[in-house]
Amino acid sequence: MSIITIERKVLEKNDEVARQNRALFADHGIFVLNMVSSPGAGKTSILERTLEELRDKLSIAVIEGDVQTDLDALRVAKYNVPAVQIVTSGGCHLEANLVREAISNLALDSIDLLIIENVGNLVCPSNYDLGEAMKVVVASTTEGDDKPLKYPAMFRNSSVLIINKIDLIPYIPCDLGVLKDNALRINPSLTVFEVSCTKKLGITPWCEWLLENTRQKPAS
Amino acid sequence: MHELSIAQNIIDIVGRYVPPAEQERVRKVTVRLGALAGVVPDSLAFCFTAIIHHTPLANAVMEMEHVPFTVACRSCNRTSATEPGIVLCPLCGSRDTEIMSGTELQVVSLEVDEPTPGAL
Repeated sequence: MSIITIERKVLEKNDEVARQNRALFADHGIFVLNMVSSPGAGKTSILERTLEELRDKLSIAVIEGDVQTDLDALRVAKYNVPAVQIVTSGGCHLEANLVREAISNLALDSIDLLIIENVGNLVCPSNYDLGEAMKVVVASTTEGDDKPLKYPAMFRNSSVLIINKIDLIPYIPCDLGVLKDNALRINPSLTVFEVSCTKKLGITPWCEWLLENTRQKPAS
Repeated sequence: MHELSIAQNIIDIVGRYVPPAEQERVRKVTVRLGALAGVVPDSLAFCFTAIIHHTPLANAVMEMEHVPFTVACRSCNRTSATEPGIVLCPLCGSRDTEIMSGTELQVVSLEVDEPTPGAL
């Protein structure tokens, strides 16, 4: 009997492809976001509002990840931006190799900002680096103010928190202060935006932040 | 349900050290799981067993080392275990902390039988 010492990260293969993606994005000067949330929090709606506001200022492309259908890519395509749909056929998250295949359909030289909308799921996507500059987690007020405590890894691994559906606060038992405080207990360095996609509230500060960060193209 | 993909990645890593044809020799695969790794141990064990069934690796068991979530506080210079993901120092309440452990997701080691003398 002998012991073979390994000490390797289980997801090293994914991490290696993510590193290659990241290098490719850096070569082409593309700022890349990985948007994550539970299903129905409003990732696609935020994307639509963002495209409305920024499509004349930046060249934006979108990768949509869903378990089934290309409905989201069709929604986004109405804004005349390149959109690639990844259908995972049951898979609960995107992996770096799926993104690598998807970007082969995009003209990388002409893109400033690539937004990857992950599969709606607050657990699995947190483990899989796609090569993004940062993760943006969306939490909607209807999910309750304790969400960050229940799904800490996702809030820990994100750089930005967008709180959506703030127009519904008067009607539901969600305390915005508690929600933010819970998120900051998990990750004190989160940048927080509060928006309502249906009432078009708070979209401009988020888009200004995004515009500035895309133009700076911070090292990822 | 990403445990299936994680189990497959573990088995792929085993394959880099012991080729599939020799995997009957593998007795134990030890993995290290942090409390914030986002992996359900029972689910991972189930997926691992399902994948190795009827393969040369079927004799192997998976052992899990569970690592608690701990933070080191820069304000009071103490390290404590906390609820997974809560980075506040439980002793002084400071947010100026660093995660010391609890995010691990690693293959640690393999326990293998020696090759049978004379076997191909």
